[in-house]
Amino acid sequence: MFAMGQRAKGWGFVAPALIWTLAFFIVPFIVMGAMSFATLDGRNLVWGLSFDNYAALAERRFLWRAIVVSLEITVTVTIVSVLLAYPLAWIIAFNVPPRWQRLVLLLTILPFWTSYVVRSYAWLLVLAREGVVNQTLMNIGLIAEPLTLANTRFATVTGFVHFFVMLLTLTIYANLVQLSPNYRRAAQDLGANAFQTFRHVILPLTLPGIVTGAFLTFVLCIGDYVTPQILGGNTELTVPQVIMVQLGRRADFPLAAALAIVLMGIVTLAYLAAARWLRLDRL
Amino acid sequence: MNRLTSTLLTTTILTSVAGVASAQDTLNALVWCDHMDPELIAPFEAAHNVTVNLREYEGTGAALALLEQSRPGDWDVLVIDGIDVFRAVDAGILAPLPADELPTADFFPEVVMDDVNTVDGVTYAVTEKFGYNTISYNAARVDPADMESLATVWSETYQGRISIYDYYLPVMGLAALSEGIDTADISADNLDTLGDVMATMRSRAASVAGVVAAQTALATGEVDIVVGGGEWLTAVLAEEQPDLTWTIPAEGAVRWTQSLGVVEGTQQPDLALEFVKYIVSPEGQARLATSSCFWGMPANAAAGDFLTDEQKAVLRWDDQPDYLARTQLYPAPDDALDMAMQDLWLDTLAQ
Repeated sequence: MFAMGQRAKGWGFVAPALIWTLAFFIVPFIVMGAMSFATLDGRNLVWGLSFDNYAALAERRFLWRAIVVSLEITVTVTIVSVLLAYPLAWIIAFNVPPRWQRLVLLLTILPFWTSYVVRSYAWLLVLAREGVVNQTLMNIGLIAEPLTLANTRFATVTGFVHFFVMLLTLTIYANLVQLSPNYRRAAQDLGANAFQTFRHVILPLTLPGIVTGAFLTFVLCIGDYVTPQILGGNTELTVPQVIMVQLGRRADFPLAAALAIVLMGIVTLAYLAAARWLRLDRL
Repeated sequence: MNRLTSTLLTTTILTSVAGVASAQDTLNALVWCDHMDPELIAPFEAAHNVTVNLREYEGTGAALALLEQSRPGDWDVLVIDGIDVFRAVDAGILAPLPADELPTADFFPEVVMDDVNTVDGVTYAVTEKFGYNTISYNAARVDPADMESLATVWSETYQGRISIYDYYLPVMGLAALSEGIDTADISADNLDTLGDVMATMRSRAASVAGVVAAQTALATGEVDIVVGGGEWLTAVLAEEQPDLTWTIPAEGAVRWTQSLGVVEGTQQPDLALEFVKYIVSPEGQARLATSSCFWGMPANAAAGDFLTDEQKAVLRWDDQPDYLARTQLYPAPDDALDMAMQDLWLDTLAQ
């Protein structure tokens, strides 16, 4: 009797979360999945079990190309962000006195406090032909003519990396500060040089932090619409941009749903690849 | 009746009353960004003691989907691309308008467009604003003579200095005009020709940009030409950067129009009609023409009495007869051709 009461109480506590998840994730996901098998007759939605939308991914070049572009950008952003964030997190964790670490971390994530859209437009101005970067390079004589930096993949990657380095720095820093200094001392006592200590001791131990941050970067980057739309100048289309076109003009919800399912499939594959090291509970 | 029941009943009644009061006091309008300007809306709200709830949308598809998912009465008025009025009528979204209460006799005749706003003799919408998708450019950085022909606009001379407006219909219309094809004659048979032109255009372009991005690119010198631009792009920048201007090349350009209608099922048809009448009145038209989001020509020529000489100069009021004669309406494809045109557009972007 007491156990049953406890169980009911437990269900009572988790019920709001379950209902929330059911109403705002499970049900919408099922509807989206069903929608991806529907078709359009003119502008009318026809529910059914058609694979036309998935076949279109192979048949229409711009759809397939959008998936490739999204993957290329996302992988590039993830790798570059990790390469930049790791040394930064390392410096904060091991070279900044503990009493200053919070302030430095705060400064590191300060750009998070500005609007995402405003930040993207700011980058557009910085990378413009007459922007700070080009003007500086020309003033110091490195280039004679302004480089085309805005409205390129470089601009998209730059905007993304600026954002995600902050995120990755936090996850990697959280991992680094948990490491006991005894690991490094032990490795050095056993004759390992600095590189060997990093390669064989520190890096494996901080892998969960790296992978967790990288996975979040991957997920957020591949589904982002704003950055490529503003900074990429539509010089190439990513999957979220193609989805927006389907919704905005065509109201082709079935094809948009199929593209969204493909995105979820890619994220699921990324999760499976990273699952061994993922420590989302450390966030 | 216990306390819980009476409390629930009371709150339900109060909520219902509040809902009704809210419905009576608020006009819900699905609009483009030029209607978001308080200078335009505030006089109507004051005159009728109502609040206009404005929601901006992008793309007719999104608007139609939103309306189809809404309950009757959720929306009262709709601003829509002129060429898409028939789609809204087909979908049963627009209510008939009393044509005799609209001042279309004062309109520029070319934009009354009965064939667009009227279906089977019933008027469903009224043109409220128009303008041109043509060539905007920075006169200090390009040879203005080159801008007088579409062939030289996207020539090698301007490689990497062009932005293309991110809307397939006007850009494909310009591509058609450059090949001597009328916008009304665009069909599946000549899409390959248009595809070749757009591929060339695309290869010269630095970006394909929406309204804000195109304005930013032109204003910051990122590009010197916007294909598909026009007065709506440069007018708001004219005061600060007079070198930013626009022209209609020899081959012609594409004319855009936007229409306004009352949504079928509105619970306040009289107020909705009053809103339509206000927007197409000379005063409303002058405010809409010079909206902070983008400028454009008012459909009602009587608005000229409410515009300053400077505003009319920026709008090129006196050139309108010539421009109207030299421009063609947006392509108005049926559903199948529309899909094919969008696929071609996306293929071009992905090149």
